[in-house]
Amino acid sequence: MDLEMVRRQRMNEIEVAQISCGSEYTGIQHEIESAAEQVGAKIIFPDIDLEEVEAAEAKFGLKVTSPDLKLMLARAISVVEGHTTADAVFIGTCFRCAEGALVRNEIRRYVHDKSGLPVISYSYTERTTADTLLTRMEALTTIAKRRSLLAREKQSGLTAGIDSGSTTTKAVIMQDNEILGFGWVGSTDVLESAEEAYSIALSESGIERDAVQAIGVTGYGRFMLGKSFNADLVQEEITVNSKGAVYLADRHKGAATVIDVGGMDNKAISVQDGIPGIFTMGGICAGASGRFLEMTAKRLGVDITELGKLALAGKASNISMNSYCIVFGIQSLVNSLSKGARHEDVAAAACYSVAEQVFEQQLQEVEVREPVIMVGGTALIEGLPQAMRELLQAEVIVPPYAQLIGAVGSALLSSGFIEE
Amino acid sequence: MANIFIYPSNSLILYDLVERFGHKPLAVMQEIKKRVTTAGIDSPPLNITPEDPKIGLKYAAVEVPAGVRGRMSLLDPLLEDSEAAILVEDAPIGFGCMGCQRTSELVGFLIRAKRIPILELSYPTSDDAAENFVYQISEFLNGLGDGKEAKNE
Repeated sequence: MDLEMVRRQRMNEIEVAQISCGSEYTGIQHEIESAAEQVGAKIIFPDIDLEEVEAAEAKFGLKVTSPDLKLMLARAISVVEGHTTADAVFIGTCFRCAEGALVRNEIRRYVHDKSGLPVISYSYTERTTADTLLTRMEALTTIAKRRSLLAREKQSGLTAGIDSGSTTTKAVIMQDNEILGFGWVGSTDVLESAEEAYSIALSESGIERDAVQAIGVTGYGRFMLGKSFNADLVQEEITVNSKGAVYLADRHKGAATVIDVGGMDNKAISVQDGIPGIFTMGGICAGASGRFLEMTAKRLGVDITELGKLALAGKASNISMNSYCIVFGIQSLVNSLSKGARHEDVAAAACYSVAEQVFEQQLQEVEVREPVIMVGGTALIEGLPQAMRELLQAEVIVPPYAQLIGAVGSALLSSGFIEE
Repeated sequence: MANIFIYPSNSLILYDLVERFGHKPLAVMQEIKKRVTTAGIDSPPLNITPEDPKIGLKYAAVEVPAGVRGRMSLLDPLLEDSEAAILVEDAPIGFGCMGCQRTSELVGFLIRAKRIPILELSYPTSDDAAENFVYQISEFLNGLGDGKEAKNE
């Protein structure tokens, strides 16, 4: 590589300030740096004097006992006050450290509110890998450096979007801000499922493959699809789903919170003017995923598409749920059925359990601002947005085509590449 | 010469005092040095390798933060080899620290549970207290003899 290329690469490099406790002692610092490197970012550590560490608690207003948490406070202050220049901030502490979790949350809020920099926080174990962090780091760098891409509010030209999800694969064809057709199939082989969904979408739209001017891909299989479909845009789900959600809900301006309960992980994203601010992506447990609702539907002998309506006719509080775990949670439901519980109540309890877990374990990490836009296939299970509405006591919107959120977001954003 | 565990375990002042009185200080820098200089370990100077926290499982199970296990993997050989200990409480960060209060609490407990000679001191906050601090350390270290007495005490 010649020096000019190195220089150009460096100029485009995004600097992510790491504010953390314990990462160098969990053996995963290399994983954090590797994830950053893969998305063209570089991890930097704010330089701090000892005096600044000692003064940090009083300045921040939070007393902590662990010295490395004091160092975190000092580093956060350095970023906010501009002594450290960075494009984005990664905040991390050890999983299961209560003091660390408090500091992580407060620093995340502080940096986001005072600096406007994109922020992501994560609690790690020694098993955290670069792959786990990659999507989050990709979203962070996109928000930091591609604001012009994120400013797009209308789809133009003829574009396609494919979302390779863990459970289902979605494809959509859009033209001049309209959805012409879509395909929605179960995910098996990444490429075959994408090809099937795309073919259905093309056929439904009456569009020839060659006529598509740009294509965007997202989801777990995005990198494979990017190569196979020669995609113009290969983008993680946080950015794409945020754009797709505000586009479909027609809430481009102002605040919103996007919740996507997926088949394998959940996303909660606090959005301002269509741009993701604070977001979390977990990973909580299968009991808080679409999979739990699928298993409940199967046990009740109904199709997943009928579970939501069933839930709306039931009352969750009639069922005793002893566990959030997918195995023991189902066991609670089975026990209730054996005691003669109504299927409607069991369906409602399953929806409430998933919503409650997202509420208790994930929404604490983002600032929930109305409207709440629920997306993804699970948003169509009516009992779930209803349960979320009850828990949050907030306006919850399920936009049309909510299940296609990633594909629509990809088609929307990829139309920017036609003009380029 | 006795093996003296010091806490904070990266305190250069304690390290120096122990050495001056003819004993062997056990400090975390020695463990980090092994990782930095050992051929084949590809992550220096990041303190530990991804495998190290598994050693920490000896002291802290998975419900404990991973950073505690990682730190304990560094401290394990020091705890094992210790024949006496000097623990300084409430020291400012500049005097030395392990970064994590939970690790400090665990290490304090483990070293006391070994039933070896221990000198526990508060960090001095005046000149007189500092003189007394050094005096107490010198008395403690001189009283240990060549280390064999320390083991049997």
